[in-house]
Amino acid sequence: MADQALRKAPLAGRHGGSAGARVTPAGPATRLSLRAGTDALGALSAAFGLTLPTRPKTSASANGRHALWLGPDEWLLIDENGADLMAAAASSGVLHSATDVSHRNTAVLVSGPQAAGAIASACPLDLGNAIFPVGAAARTVLGKIEIVLLRTGEDDYRVECWRSFSPYTFGLLAEGAEDVGL
Amino acid sequence: MSGANRIAGQGRLTPARTARFTFDGKTYQALEGDTVASALLANGVHLVGRSFKYHRPRGILSAGPEEPNALIDVSRDAARRQPNVRAPVQEVFDGMKVESQNRWPSLSFDIGGINNLLSPFFAAGFYYKTFMWPKAAWEKVYEPFIRKAAGLGVAPTEEDPDHYASRYAYCDVLVAGGGVAGLSAALAAAETGARVILCDEQPEVGGALHYDTSVTIDGQSGYAWAQATAAKLKAMENVTVLTRTTAFGYYNHNFVALVERVTDHLARPDKKLPRERMWQVRAKRVILATGSIERHMVFANNDRPGIMLASAARTYLNHFGVAVGRKVGVYTASDSAYEAAFDLKRAGVTIAAIVDNRDKPGEAVLAEARKLGIEVLVGHSVVDTKGKLRVSSISVARNGGGSARAIPVDALLMSAGWTPSVHLFSQSRGKVAYDAASGRFLPGTYAQDCLSVGSCNGTDGLQATIEESLAAGELMARATGNEGGGKVELRGENAFEWTGGMAGAGEGAGVDTTVKAFVDFQNDVCAKDIRLAVREGMHSIEHIKRFTTNGMATDQGKLSNIHGLAIASEVLNREIPKIGLTTFRAPYTPVTFGTLISHSRGDLFDPARKTPLHAWEEAQGAVFEDVGNWKRAWYYPRSGETMHDAVNRECRTVRNAAGVFDASTLGKIEVVGPDAAEFLNLMYTNAWDTLKPGRCRYGIMLREDGFVYDDGVVGRLAEDRFHVTTTTGGAPRVMNHMEDYLQTEFPHLKVWLTSTTEQWAVIAVQGPKAREIIEPLVEGIDISNEAFPHMSVREGKICGVPTRLFRMSFTGEAGFEVNVPADYGQSVLEAIWARAEPLGACAYGTETMHVLRAEKGYIIVGQDTDGTVTPHDASLSWAVSKKKTDFVGIRGLKRPDLVKEGRKQLVGLLTKDPNVVLEEGAQIVADPNEPKPMKMLGHVTSSYWSENCGRSIAMALVAGGQARLGQTLYVPMPDRTIAVEVSDMVFIDKEGARLNG
Repeated sequence: MADQALRKAPLAGRHGGSAGARVTPAGPATRLSLRAGTDALGALSAAFGLTLPTRPKTSASANGRHALWLGPDEWLLIDENGADLMAAAASSGVLHSATDVSHRNTAVLVSGPQAAGAIASACPLDLGNAIFPVGAAARTVLGKIEIVLLRTGEDDYRVECWRSFSPYTFGLLAEGAEDVGL
Repeated sequence: MSGANRIAGQGRLTPARTARFTFDGKTYQALEGDTVASALLANGVHLVGRSFKYHRPRGILSAGPEEPNALIDVSRDAARRQPNVRAPVQEVFDGMKVESQNRWPSLSFDIGGINNLLSPFFAAGFYYKTFMWPKAAWEKVYEPFIRKAAGLGVAPTEEDPDHYASRYAYCDVLVAGGGVAGLSAALAAAETGARVILCDEQPEVGGALHYDTSVTIDGQSGYAWAQATAAKLKAMENVTVLTRTTAFGYYNHNFVALVERVTDHLARPDKKLPRERMWQVRAKRVILATGSIERHMVFANNDRPGIMLASAARTYLNHFGVAVGRKVGVYTASDSAYEAAFDLKRAGVTIAAIVDNRDKPGEAVLAEARKLGIEVLVGHSVVDTKGKLRVSSISVARNGGGSARAIPVDALLMSAGWTPSVHLFSQSRGKVAYDAASGRFLPGTYAQDCLSVGSCNGTDGLQATIEESLAAGELMARATGNEGGGKVELRGENAFEWTGGMAGAGEGAGVDTTVKAFVDFQNDVCAKDIRLAVREGMHSIEHIKRFTTNGMATDQGKLSNIHGLAIASEVLNREIPKIGLTTFRAPYTPVTFGTLISHSRGDLFDPARKTPLHAWEEAQGAVFEDVGNWKRAWYYPRSGETMHDAVNRECRTVRNAAGVFDASTLGKIEVVGPDAAEFLNLMYTNAWDTLKPGRCRYGIMLREDGFVYDDGVVGRLAEDRFHVTTTTGGAPRVMNHMEDYLQTEFPHLKVWLTSTTEQWAVIAVQGPKAREIIEPLVEGIDISNEAFPHMSVREGKICGVPTRLFRMSFTGEAGFEVNVPADYGQSVLEAIWARAEPLGACAYGTETMHVLRAEKGYIIVGQDTDGTVTPHDASLSWAVSKKKTDFVGIRGLKRPDLVKEGRKQLVGLLTKDPNVVLEEGAQIVADPNEPKPMKMLGHVTSSYWSENCGRSIAMALVAGGQARLGQTLYVPMPDRTIAVEVSDMVFIDKEGARLNG
């Protein structure tokens, strides 16, 4: 019997940013790419314990679990407590596609009074309060790559990206954070 | 003392705050807030550069970004050096080093000045007509010589040590320009609560208020009002005020690019500060308050140092406290220049005369001139100037003839009126309209949500400008839904309303072909050159511009445009609007590459994608290669090994023992849904409904035209779930290709696609000992050959973590591909390696992978195929279902050209001399003695030394290849012709015993 394999996060040990915006790697989380038609939303919402959002650029959150609207039939689910989202999806009993992407994505957290400015150094989205309030979520770009952006608090953002792009994401956000902190 | 020409009590700089800088090695003292131009003038330095083509001595013409002459090289240290900086916009900092350009051996004695004497040979368009023969000499002799002789600064060679920042921003109203108009508009917009960004290129707002000291607004002096207004705006939460920030590009949908110069004016900038910051602003509405630029007069030798724009002299006096001369002449066709004379006179400078080209100047300024005792020569022109390195006298004659009178001067101010700055408006694709009454091009038809206000809109008069701007600010803010605030009112007063202005050459420009009356100083274009261009058949302004280079480079028509047009109009006897206006291009003023590149340098130039196994590979000494953005382990050299040695060893070891390979970069797509098999049936040439869960199949994907698009192994995990793999480079496009078809052609199918490329770390373990290596680590899967034959997939555990375990091979050996969630990849690999190494296995890289697959004749899409290869051409007919009635490419495959005889087909090639390795890409012929051009049969697609075969092997696309098995063909190379025999593509283990073992 072999030893249990250990987990190694792609951004382990990194830190950056400024007093205006701190940039830190998020802890591990379980993630699901969920695809389903509108008729399945009720049962899936019940299975996940939150109402799947149906409007663009919105999300729903409860107890460390987030559901982000990415498209008319597409959501990204994130559970910061590591719950088995695949099992939850399977328990819905309705037609859907659930694919585990827990390790495909990783996240960078940007927090502080200048967090929005740090992200805006490379993200062309309007992050103004009226346009991108707390809870807003969008699949967008950061520099040359695709990210999913979630505003988790007044001064807090979660930037999800694919694993191999995470050093680039972290580097860009750290440079942006340094500039807004000046 | 900060310069002999500084006049006590004049200007806004503080005498106690000094800074030292050098110009061509000599140290000068400046005041904080000086520009290089104002500091040099304060020290009596007028000669600052040599012209582009004729190397004529040049001075400072302007006090703004339109400066065509005073281009200097500014450095902070060896690596921080920038050529072609305009002296009037560069602020002095303590310790700065300034060098003049385009002169040798020195600025005052420049050998290149001989070009001025040889100028008859350098007429407009000379390079189109001379130096045409011999052709080869152009590149090697003429062009380098011309470039050296006619040139500007020298680009720095060191890497730029500064960093640059970037910011995206949104606003309701963007105001470009912070003069009276821009400030008024921003104030009115901000009062409504709108999100406002105001930018201005100068260190402080104010625009024309820098020089126009006659203005009062709401009882304050104009300049003081501007600073107070900027402070008020800065204090508002909804407003961003950016100074030293130029709006340089206006793009679609009100997307405006700004560059903010952050540290170029600082003596010791904080290292953390970016040198410049680019702002990319998306504005709901844009207000252009870009002002206007004064034109020079066109007359003989109008380019001597000491000859400058009247408003520039006024700026140097009223803002910087510098008198540009002690005995100053004025040559004008506009009232505005009179005010410069008034201000200088009141400051104690002698005004030699005001020479007015017009018969009827404005009455008010004329009366004031008389009151101040200034001689005014109405209906006169300056017809020539004298002075080697600085103007010493002007020749003045009555218009229409008469003898010339010489007037000694040490500076000459000129004004031909004002050109509205419609650059940004034009960049926005707005159409300018010619206003014949005022002789100006003004904003006509708008293409975007923007408005022009103030002098860039042709609005004359201070109060009219204020009212127009306030109204525009409020209108634009209200239009974006802002309902706060009330009406803003401002009352402005100034001394004189200006009349006048002229375009084109005055009397002094002559009709003589030797007179140098400059239209474009920067490009050394004279009035005669425009005339010559017209005579030689250039009748469109676009042709004239290119023939003469008028308005090219950084000028972008700021000074030269209107004069050039007017001269062409006169010669052609056609109205100005009929000749047209050249297009204004971004950037408005030069922008550094650093700003445009911003964060995209070094590690952030492009994402370097590393697999979860990368750190382990590095520790093993891997050499990496770039595959798209991925860094892939290429080979693992041991001490003393060349790449060839390492690859040979890796190839041998995999077939004799085993090898471990990182296959994580392969694209992976999870296809889920009740119609998943049906969808794959449509996307691939093979049948997928017959594939049982737990089994895999190699699939070929075509484009609609029948050519191979991608390939890969697909495993069926469940009735409704497939694990698709793609080539490394093909992952994104295959995903898009599938998604396109799903959404547009097959929307009825209940199936969804998710990219899982990065979910899994993939460790390939290949070779006769592969099973022995992984067996003890795997739980819950019987991996015996019987239970888990070639092309199987199971889910279970390895090292205690979930795995999707594939039995598959790209080497021809029995092998496994261990997929584990990415974060566990390295740990699982370490466990596998701990077993593999003692069993004699090695880590191998992509080069060995390529050789091993070629030994088995496995193709690589994109290397052995090129977008014109069908599955039949690639000997993959077995993978094309004959039963299916539909799949993408099925009709394409039936096209006559795709089924005809003699198509290029993939075959193997064996060199007659087994030690010769062919070059990939080499051409293949049937008869090496055929006269040229020889008939090419095809080319080598893959070629390697195969250590396992003990000889070279190759694959090639050859016309009618499959019918040529056994034939001898030839590969002609520069030094020899290589004979090859056509073979099949499987060079090792033809029966597949190793694969299934």
